Formats: sequence, structure tokens, C-alpha cells
Amino acid sequence: MSLQIEGMTKRFGTNTVLRGVDLALAPGTITAFMGANGAGKSTLVKIVAGVHSASGGTMTLDGRPFAPVTPSAALRAGVVVVHQIINDNVVLTMDVLENLMIDRLCAGGSPIFRRRTHRDEAQAMLDRVGLDVPLSAELADLPLADRQMVAIARALAHDPKLLILDEPTSALSDSEAERLFAVLEGLRDQGVPILYISHRMGDIRRLADRIVTLRDGRVTGDFSAPLDYSGAVRAMLGAALDAAAHDRVPPGPPVLTARGLRVLPGAAPLDIDLNAAEVTAIVGLVGAGKTELAETLYGLRRPLAGKMTLNGAPYAPRHPGDAVAAGVFMAAEDRTGGSIVPDFDLARNVTLPFLGAFSQFGMMRRDREARRASEAIAALDIVAQGPDDPIASLSGGNQQKVVLARWLTRPARVLILDEPFQGVDIAARRDIGRALRATARDRATLVLCSDLDEAIELADRIVILSHGALRAEQEAGALDRTALVHAMSAAA
Amino acid sequence: MPDTVLTASEPPARSGADLRVLAVRWGLIVLLLGMVGFFAAAEPAFLSVRNMVIVLQSVSIVAILALGVTCTLVVGGFDLSIGSVAASALMAASYVMVVWEGGTLAAVAACLALGLLVGLVNGLLIVKLRVPDLLATLGMMFLLLGLQLIPTAGRSIATGMSLPDGTVAEGRFTATFLALGRHRVWDTVPISVLVMLALAVAITVFLTFTRWGRVMYAIGSNPQAARLAGANVERYKIAAYMISGLCASIGGILLAARVGRGDVSSGNSLLLDAVAAALIGFAVFGAGKPNAVGTAIGALFVGLLLNGLTMMNAPYYTQDAIKGAVLVAALMFTFGLSVRRS
Ligand SMILES: Nc1ncnc2c1ncn2[C@@H]1O[C@H](COP(=O)(O)OP(=O)(O)OP(=O)(O)O)[C@@H](O)[C@H]1O
Ligand SMILES: [Mg+2]
Repeated sequence: MSLQIEGMTKRFGTNTVLRGVDLALAPGTITAFMGANGAGKSTLVKIVAGVHSASGGTMTLDGRPFAPVTPSAALRAGVVVVHQIINDNVVLTMDVLENLMIDRLCAGGSPIFRRRTHRDEAQAMLDRVGLDVPLSAELADLPLADRQMVAIARALAHDPKLLILDEPTSALSDSEAERLFAVLEGLRDQGVPILYISHRMGDIRRLADRIVTLRDGRVTGDFSAPLDYSGAVRAMLGAALDAAAHDRVPPGPPVLTARGLRVLPGAAPLDIDLNAAEVTAIVGLVGAGKTELAETLYGLRRPLAGKMTLNGAPYAPRHPGDAVAAGVFMAAEDRTGGSIVPDFDLARNVTLPFLGAFSQFGMMRRDREARRASEAIAALDIVAQGPDDPIASLSGGNQQKVVLARWLTRPARVLILDEPFQGVDIAARRDIGRALRATARDRATLVLCSDLDEAIELADRIVILSHGALRAEQEAGALDRTALVHAMSAAA
Repeated sequence: MPDTVLTASEPPARSGADLRVLAVRWGLIVLLLGMVGFFAAAEPAFLSVRNMVIVLQSVSIVAILALGVTCTLVVGGFDLSIGSVAASALMAASYVMVVWEGGTLAAVAACLALGLLVGLVNGLLIVKLRVPDLLATLGMMFLLLGLQLIPTAGRSIATGMSLPDGTVAEGRFTATFLALGRHRVWDTVPISVLVMLALAVAITVFLTFTRWGRVMYAIGSNPQAARLAGANVERYKIAAYMISGLCASIGGILLAARVGRGDVSSGNSLLLDAVAAALIGFAVFGAGKPNAVGTAIGALFVGLLLNGLTMMNAPYYTQDAIKGAVLVAALMFTFGLSVRRS
């Protein structure tokens, strides 16, 4: 199958997002679609998927006009899409089997749904992507990475004739991503055209046969083999990317210390110091206990054993409110589920934890909020019309920047960032990294990453976690990447 | 970073979209004014000060209950027990004055305490035991409807009634208490209307302008995000149900003062009218979310409709049908338009 898009335009109110996009997807090719946050990638995908309707332009599928009015119309035509917002792809209140079989449920068939008859089929779908979770696990209880894998498994089971993946690896670790890549290559060899959106250069290097770049709603580059990666980045940004090197800052005194801390049952106790001015990155595979560690530091769960101190005083938060009051902030991993308030505008999303600082005698001061929001828009280059923008109208990467801006609003003692760069483009990642490092002086910063390159780019010190215990520790400047990779996988 | 340039050459949004935005924002107000115009034309007495005061008085108790429900809607909950809290407060006030021969203050305090207590229990059931809000408050509704009958063995409370133990109740409603329902400030405005206005202003200010109201809206929109931002979600939810219980008991006090006896069947329709008012409130000014101003206007909408129909001598048995039809039309009009796909 092949898809041909011609002169596609899209406006949201007065905001023109796509300005005449031409794109042809040929059989048996993986096309990487690159563009900065807010360039219009997801918007284009949603039009192809029948979620939005185009303001102008035409699409043809195998030479026939194609204008899906609903997502199911696109699906019937064989166009399968995994959307960027992970929770949009799954039903959180249903279990794995039901999520995998949901299309079957909607498509008719026997009026009685018997789990037994679908069990083998669902298990085969999981095996195809190498996901090992119980079929009866509720999606809300699964980590983000597993939810994403369930969504991918379901998409693949549709027998796609055209497959579009919008940042599928933003929540995945290397090994999970690798399994996905193998499946995608299999599909490509069967002749399925694949459009692959990602901000991870590693993915693109690994997979892409062709790169198309989008900037401000226009196609600015179309590269085929041999691929010129830096040329593609230049075309996507309109400027060259500066180097990411940074100097290691000498660490200050410890701010938060943990002694004999156990966050996973059966794990070895863990000692760690988070020092002032230092950016510590913890990397580890999914399930290594990164999120559990962060949640323990943030008062979301009690440690199974061990003690923590903050600036020398005992620290045992019972609730995130305690942590915030003590100056320990955390940007959660699950952006849609744990950070974004969908009914609020941009400014209200930024100020949420610090309402006291934006009010007087209990009354909110909108002017102060708007000022802070404008400041954040400028500082983090958020693509938005202004502080009053509904948060849902921002692109995924820009929503992520809003979350980061939220936690940079007040000075922190300890700032914990769980997967802070999900969906953030390369240039913005540099900018945010710089902003984080520039403000890191008076606090301890802890970053949890599943991507080693992101960690190397940002951190002064990299710590590997596996099964809830520390495995290896390296300082920036004297990094041995192979040893780190080895430590990560050996631990698994 | 690319800067998103907004070129002036792009055509502005189609006027159709603008019209839709206008309809979403003003639709309900236009409908309200149209309805008033229609009734006024058909029945000139409709717009008289006297009739407007009657409308406001009948609206006030419903509105007070609806303001409470609005607070629970804001945190993503729902309170079905308000009608029975109001009815129980009415019985409690009567019992305190008639059977125990207590004073005004004691009666009012007993009612307010009852409302707060019921709200607290609702909140604890929902937050601590994780009973779904509809079930918890539905259970509470039945419980209260039954409990209020027990002290008097199912009979209404009035001076001179004989009690289950054989004695005769000697107390009576105090004059001060009755004044709450019957006195008119400057000979026109009933006290219940003033209470309603004061509560509407207070809850509007609380929900829209204070930091606590802001947190409540955040909880309603994404409780997990609110929690991770440091809010004590459980406490806020309990507080919302306590506000709701308190409002309902204030409504019950005013009702008791107006009726002047502990009538078992008073306040039967309060729940549905209050919920209707709060839901119509979603549509006022295109808010799309619970809000106190909308709720007050929603209550006015329902009150004006009923009053107009009565004045035009519409048979009582058609009133519910017309009320339902107008409600559905109003909601269709505003919600249907606002969720159109882009
Ligand atoms: N429903 C909407 N209403 C209004 N504006 C929208 C809407 N959806 C997207 N936009 C705007 O369209 C622009 C492009 O958004 P889009 O999600 O396509 O970006 P993207 O290229 O996918 O970015 P990212 O890499 O961050 O995911 C953004 O400026 C965004 O604010
Ligand atoms: Mg996107």
C-alpha cells in the first residue's frame, strides 16, 4: 500500500499548524518523521487517522481518494496508528486481555464475551512484542512502558497496511525498544509502509530508510540513503545543533541522604547521597526500581527499610504535600496521568503546587500567574499562543516543558525528574538541560532516565540501579559507556 | 527553536465557528431571556416585583442546596443525600423546638451540626473506604429518610402531638425561628433570598478566586496530578462533602421556618431540582464545568419556568414534562455544540 498526501493544511482557530504538506509513503520503507515540538507532526498523523479533519489538501491511498471521517474508517482502510499520548491508546480501567480484544468487542461477533476463547490469541499478541505481563492485570496498575507495549501489540494485531507510530519509544527502555524495532523491520520486509516519529536519534539511526523533516508546518527536508543525520537535524531546526558537552561541577555538601533504604521487596539495601549543585542521573531498565525510589523520596510510598535525612534532619514524608513543603519536588513520569490538569490553562498548570506564592490573603493573583507563565514560555521556548492556552492544545513535547516549568517555579532543595525528556525534541533537550544545570547550584538534582545518552548529556554522575540496588557509579568526564551498558544489561 | 509565526495572510477562523462559540457561551442566557419575554407577554403580572419575589423565594432553597452539590461536583464527586439532609434538618429543628422545647439557637445549631456530620460521614465513606460517591450518598439518603421517621414513629411534628412514650409535646416554633422563613426585609425581600445571595457570592468567590477553590478544580480534573502537586486530596474531598451537607442543612432550616411544622413529606423534590440547577450551571456562559454562578442561574431558570407555567394555568400534571423538555433542550443546545469535533 502507499499513501500520498498533497497540499495538506490545518488550522485550529487562528493558529495555522500545517501549511501545505506533501508527503508520499512508499511500500517497504520506514520513514522517520522529524520535527521540533509543535511542528505539526501529531496533527498530521491525527488527520491521517481520522481524528481531525484537514482544512485543505488531499490524500490518496493506493491511488484512491482517502478522507477518513472517523478513526474506525481509517482503521477499516488498514491505516493503524499508535498515538503519542499513551493513555489515549488504552483503557485504563480494563485489564490487558480486554484491552487487546477491544477492537474485537467493538467489531461485533458473538454477543457473549468469554475470556477463555480469547486467551490464546491475546497471549500471542503479547508474545509478538515480547511483553510479559499477566492478562488479568489492570492497565492502570501497569507502568507506562507496559501500557505502551500493550497499545503497540494491539496495533500490530490489526494487520496494518500502513503503520504510523507517534513517539512509541518515549517511555520504553532500550531492550523493549529493540523488540519493537525487530517487529517493525519484519513488517517493512512484508512491504508495509511505516511512518515513525521520534525525537531519539538512536531510534532513527537504527531504523530509518528515509527521513522527512517538518518545520512550522512545512516539509523542509527529504533525505534518502545514505542518510545525512546532521543535515536532517539542521533541516528540522533551521539551524545547526550546538554541542552538548558540559563540565563536571564539583559537588557541594549532601542535601538528601538515604541509608539502608529498601524500595523493592527482597532488594539489597541502598545508600545514596544527593549532593548540592550536582546532577545525578539514575539509569536502569524498566522494573529496576527507579520509579519506586523516586516515589519513596517524594512521600508516595514508605520505604520498606532504611532512613533518609534532608539537610541533616530526619526526613520521612508521608504524603507529597510533606515533600513539597520540605522543598523536595518531583516531576512524575506519567505526564498525562500524573502531571497535567486537562481542564486548566497553561498558566494554571504551571502554578498548581505553589498557589500560596501566587495568591494574597488566599485570593489568586492572576497577574502574577500570567507573569510566571510568560516567563516560562520564554525560558523553555514553549510553543503556545500565551498563558491562557488550554493545556490540551499544546503539542506533547510542549506539555512536557510546561511540567518542567512547573517544578522550576520555586527554588527546590531536591528536584527529582522522572523521565523529563519524554517527547521533548533534541534542541529543546539541550536548552532544558542547560537551564537545569544553570539553576542546579543550590539544590540536589536527581534525574531518572531509561535512555543512557540523555543521562550522559545531562548528568555529573551516573548511577545504575537494578532490582532496587545500586550497581555501578561513574562520573561525567571519565565515562566508560560500554561498561555502563554492560552494567545495565548484566543486572537485568 | 523554531518560532511559530502567525502570518496575517491566513484567513481567520470561519464565521461558523465564531457563531458556535457565541451560542455555547450565551445560548442558555438567551433561552432564559426568551422564556421571561414569553411569559411576560402572555401574563403581564409575571414581571411584577411581587411575583419576582415569589420566584426568588421558591428558588432560594433549591439554589442553596444546588450550591452545595456544585462543590462536590467540582471535586469530581456527587452528593445525592442533600434532599434528605434538608428534610432531616427540618425534622431536627422541629424536634428540638417542639419536643425538647429548645430555643432558636439550639435548633439552628443542631441542624448545622447535623449537616456537617452527614457531610463528614459521606466524605469518610468515599475517601477512606473508597465507596463510590453515588453509592455512598445514595445509601446516606435512604438512611436519613428512614432515620428521621424513627423519633416520632413516622408522624409529622406539631405542637400538641402525642409522643410514642405517651406524653404530649408542649413546645412550639419560636417566633425568631419562624421569622427566618416569613420575615421580609424592607417588606419585600425574604430572608431566604438574602441567605441564598450571600451563599452564592461566598461560594463563587471561594471556588473561582481562592487557592483552595483552585485546588478543588484541579482535583476534579485530575486527582492524581493534584496529589502529586502536593494537595491533600482526601481532605479537600471531605471538605467538599461537608460544605454540601452544611448548605443542605441551611436549606432545611429555611424550609422548616417557612412551613412552620415538622412535615414528613416536605422537601421531596428538592434533590432533583437542585441537581438540575447545578447541571444547567455547566452550560451557563459556556463554562463546561460546575460553577456557582451558573448554578444560581440554573436554579433561577428552573424557578422561572415553573412559576411561569403556574401563572399561565398549565395543568400541574404537565409541568414536569415541560420542565424536562426545556431542560433537555437547554443541555442539548449547549453541550452538543461545545463538543463538536474540530
Ligand atoms: N486541538 C488543538 N487545538 C488548538 N491547537 C492545537 C491543537 N492540537 C495541536 N495544536 C497546535 O498545533 C501545533 C502542532 O501540534 P502537534 O501536536 O502536531 O506538534 P508535534 O509536532 O506533534 O509536537 P511534539 O513533538 O511536541 O509532539 C502546536 O502549536 C499546538 O499548539
Ligand atoms: Mg506530537
